[in-house]
Amino acid sequence: MDSAIANPQAEHDTAEHEHVVLPQHRHHFATQEQQREAGSFGMWLFLLTEIMFFGGLFFAYLLYRNWYYDAFVTASNQLSVPLGAANTAILITSGFFMALAVWAAEVRKKALLVVFLIFTIVFGLAFLGIKADEYHEKWEKHHIPGASFDASEFINPAAFGLQEKPLAPDAAQKTQMFFFLYFAMTGMHALHMVIGIGLLFWLLARAQRGDFSAGYVAPIENFGLYWHFVDIVWIFLFPLLYLINRHPLAH
Amino acid sequence: MTQPEQHLHDPANVTNPEHASHHIVTPRVYAAVFATLLACTALTVFAADINLGVFNPIIALAIACFKGVIVILFFMHVKYQSRLIKVTVGAGFFMFLVLVTMTLSDYISRAWGLW
Repeated sequence: MDSAIANPQAEHDTAEHEHVVLPQHRHHFATQEQQREAGSFGMWLFLLTEIMFFGGLFFAYLLYRNWYYDAFVTASNQLSVPLGAANTAILITSGFFMALAVWAAEVRKKALLVVFLIFTIVFGLAFLGIKADEYHEKWEKHHIPGASFDASEFINPAAFGLQEKPLAPDAAQKTQMFFFLYFAMTGMHALHMVIGIGLLFWLLARAQRGDFSAGYVAPIENFGLYWHFVDIVWIFLFPLLYLINRHPLAH
Repeated sequence: MTQPEQHLHDPANVTNPEHASHHIVTPRVYAAVFATLLACTALTVFAADINLGVFNPIIALAIACFKGVIVILFFMHVKYQSRLIKVTVGAGFFMFLVLVTMTLSDYISRAWGLW
């Protein structure tokens, strides 16, 4: 399985027929396979920059969770695990439909491709809807870091009917660090999803026009790589943000 | 030279004029990966409710890594791609590890921040 980029001549020489020039073929590529692989390689390079981008945020999380562990536990327990788990399942389902969309494009089934892209969008929007609901709850409880942040729920949880270890006032302020990372990481993730859904609508329009039902799969395939990457980021965000020390209090 | 794989009806040979080997992953594989991902999500949630001390985050991250790996291998087709793509993916994660390790080496060599 040598790379078509490294070995374009091997495939070029053994072709037994005249070159078929496809409409999407760019002539600085010797073969169509080389072009496809170069596109895929380029998308992966972009995803590598995204790994480093989110990686920085994940590192900040790693550090502050270790420095302010008790504050992170108490703050994390304010997040809704059912909503987070549902969102994880929704996003995984969206990724499943995106993978099916790539398959449908590869086997030239236009109607199925359109349906699968629609499902990908629907589940993506469902994810964002639940996220918006969670953000709204944070807004109402004054858990958005900044001037209006209210730490009283963490200083005196019993008064709010919560079974949590109370934090000293200076420790309770450290929960702002958790919420800052929560909004920064899930917000950046949500921004990636919004951009992705925008691209999906464009791909949907092109798919409906038949652009991807005649063998030209690369845009669908490469967008799939982006969408699955966004899915993987959430797969890590969910346990790290929602499931810190969730077991019944046995401190 | 690999034999052309007959996975789709393409009499004019439009998709692959040079007969490069091209594996089309079937919906059955995707469905199996999908089911596994959902099962692992449930497993993560249940494991979080059990007190395993220092192993809770380790297990949570291990399950997340497994989920990430099967998404990469199957949904993102990396298992069926050339060595170039596989090395690229590996290089990305290697650099991420460098990011974390080197930054961590700075912080753990100091005491400020801890209280």
